Amino acid sequence: MNKKEPLFHIVKRDVLPWYKSWGIRAIAIVVALIVCGIITTITTGLNPFKVYGAFIQGAFGSGRKVWITMQNMSVLLIISLALTPAFKMRFWNIGGEGQVLVGALATAACMITLGDKIPNALLILIMTVSAILAGSIWGLIPAIFKAKWNTNETLSTLMMNYIATQLVAFFTIVWEVPKGSFTVGIINQSTNAGWLPQLFGSKYLLPIVIALLTTVSMFVYLKYSKHGYEISVVGESEKTAKYVGMKTEKIIIRTMLLSGGLCGVAGLILVGGINHTITTTINSGQGFTAVMVSWLAKFNPITMIFTSFLIIFLERGAGEISTNFGLNQSFADILTGIILFFIIGCEFFISYRIVLRKKGDK
Amino acid sequence: MKKLLSVFLACLMVLSLAACTAGGKGGNANGGKVKVGFIFLHDENSTYDLNFINAAKEACEKAGVEYVLKTNIPEGQECYEAACELADSGCNIVFADSFGHEDYLIEAAKEYKNVEFCHATGTKAHTENLPNYHNAFASIYEGRYLAGVAAGMKLNEMIANGEITPEQAKIGYVGAYTYAEVISGYTSFFLGARSECPTATMEVTFTGSWYDETAEKEGAIKLINNGCVLISQHADSMGAPTACENAGVPDVSYNGSTESVAPNTFIVSSRINWVPYFELIIKAVQNGEKIPTDYTGTIETGSVVLTDLGKIAPAEGTQAKMDAVKAEIQAGTRKIFDTSAFTVGGEPVTTYMADVDTDAAYEGDHEVISNGAFNESADGFRSAPYFDLRIDGITLLDESY
Repeated sequence: MNKKEPLFHIVKRDVLPWYKSWGIRAIAIVVALIVCGIITTITTGLNPFKVYGAFIQGAFGSGRKVWITMQNMSVLLIISLALTPAFKMRFWNIGGEGQVLVGALATAACMITLGDKIPNALLILIMTVSAILAGSIWGLIPAIFKAKWNTNETLSTLMMNYIATQLVAFFTIVWEVPKGSFTVGIINQSTNAGWLPQLFGSKYLLPIVIALLTTVSMFVYLKYSKHGYEISVVGESEKTAKYVGMKTEKIIIRTMLLSGGLCGVAGLILVGGINHTITTTINSGQGFTAVMVSWLAKFNPITMIFTSFLIIFLERGAGEISTNFGLNQSFADILTGIILFFIIGCEFFISYRIVLRKKGDK
Repeated sequence: MKKLLSVFLACLMVLSLAACTAGGKGGNANGGKVKVGFIFLHDENSTYDLNFINAAKEACEKAGVEYVLKTNIPEGQECYEAACELADSGCNIVFADSFGHEDYLIEAAKEYKNVEFCHATGTKAHTENLPNYHNAFASIYEGRYLAGVAAGMKLNEMIANGEITPEQAKIGYVGAYTYAEVISGYTSFFLGARSECPTATMEVTFTGSWYDETAEKEGAIKLINNGCVLISQHADSMGAPTACENAGVPDVSYNGSTESVAPNTFIVSSRINWVPYFELIIKAVQNGEKIPTDYTGTIETGSVVLTDLGKIAPAEGTQAKMDAVKAEIQAGTRKIFDTSAFTVGGEPVTTYMADVDTDAAYEGDHEVISNGAFNESADGFRSAPYFDLRIDGITLLDESY
């Protein structure tokens, strides 16, 4: 009895030359745009090219828009970079959201309780230290549980997010003005105490500079430092790491301290540098978006510049579409979803190829 | 040396030129043409924002002016950015609809001096001293009171039909936060109901969100299980009306008619009509007139309106009674927060310092009791409500928010 060969089967590819893999990605984007165009025309009757134009307009339409795009990109990039060492270690840190939030909360706490009581430079220093500490602690707790008792870090980091959100909600009620409004408002609006300094008179530059410095440092750290090497060995095989005498517990804890601490920096920027307030939604889910940014870039810090740009570009464009054409935001989200689906999907075709059943094979 | 100096001077000129263009960005380059930019917290799925969106379209189309709507703008720096983008794109009026937008709108107002910034529900215009920043609200407590009258009529009908005893006339209220706007709203609603049905009592629960369909639905179900025979709400989703329809409990809603989801139980809804305010600010900018720092729309200005009554639920004669009470309110013979109509801790209120100028310590700063009534949204104070007394007859089930 001959077992029938299936119609097609999937074969792992050798590593493709860069021009081929980028070719596949380019095709994916083109196909995605065509599908989006068809859906746009069918459902709204709009000219899809105008809609694409609005996407670009939304991200780059004016000087201010370019700055906002870069600023948003920087924050997302920092969070993605923060998650990356953990991911490289195969430690699934889904707790970026919570780690950013506690960093933000610590920053706000310093600004509210110490604002105007101590010199501004000292205040900013204390804010920075507290934000990093808070984020690190939020990363440390699941790391200890993982290292000592091998608990599932996906669940524990995820659950830490909810604790962070509730903590922020609690303190929002403590600090709200006026009473009952559930709004903290801009902290130190008249004195600007604890507001991170503007570089060269630009509101937007500081996060961008921090993001660039972080990107380069993370690249060097992961690629050329002993720590980076240890992280990748633990990621490949914990047993190998143990066998060659690495202290895996120490590596896990150290890496999560770094991951959480860097998320704390993102929280510092969100509160001290951008929003100057604290809300439960201040991070708007970027702790989760960053997971995608990091994965899409295959954990390469430099590639993350492009992937975070892609996400923010789509997000900014989506907002512009709903404004310009009077469409609901959900429509723009559908387009974004389609584009991301194709981009993520094409990675499959870069790693694998499909072999059809040969004719005559029976 | 000369060369160096000339290079230096050239640089200086370029820089000062750049500075000039930067400084002029707030300029009104439309030559008297008006363009209005609107910032909304959510989109049309929220009854609160839908009420603003409809009014914005109506007012701008009637006046024939250009407008831009920006939806889903969170209460953070995004609001500042959105306001600046609107100003950059030539809007000479920028309006935002959510309380938490206020501080960010003020930041934008400081930067764009030639653009008028108007904000609904805010509390800071009267203390901020910015000529181009304004607050607006409406005496919606009058509308709530009238809706309460309809609720009281319904309770009376249920008592007359023997469905409930007079002691069982308990109203349930789903609120968002223990915020003055909510307290002012449910108190005036309750006073309206009690003016018709003297045995009415009320229980209030808070959801901790302005828009949370599940929490609002669960809150309404909790109240119904507690024995509440009529429900009203101050939160923006269809949660409470849906729960009422499922349980067959009459409902007085807010922000607009919910008859479409609750045809059998919908009584009436009060809402703020923002068209008069939008028309006022558009006209003011067209004619170069001043926009009031605090604008309080009233029944008189057409800002406080009630929807048509539901077809099934309301009691006989509700419309006529509401019209009569409305006439009394307009004539000034009936005051909503008449101090003889309520007590706090068993005592009538003769003096109260309200927190009109908001501060972190919530300190009272203005005496608001005069001529036998609590003066809500009074002239010279602020348009946003500040009534936050806990009157007898109303039980708060939870105060965590």
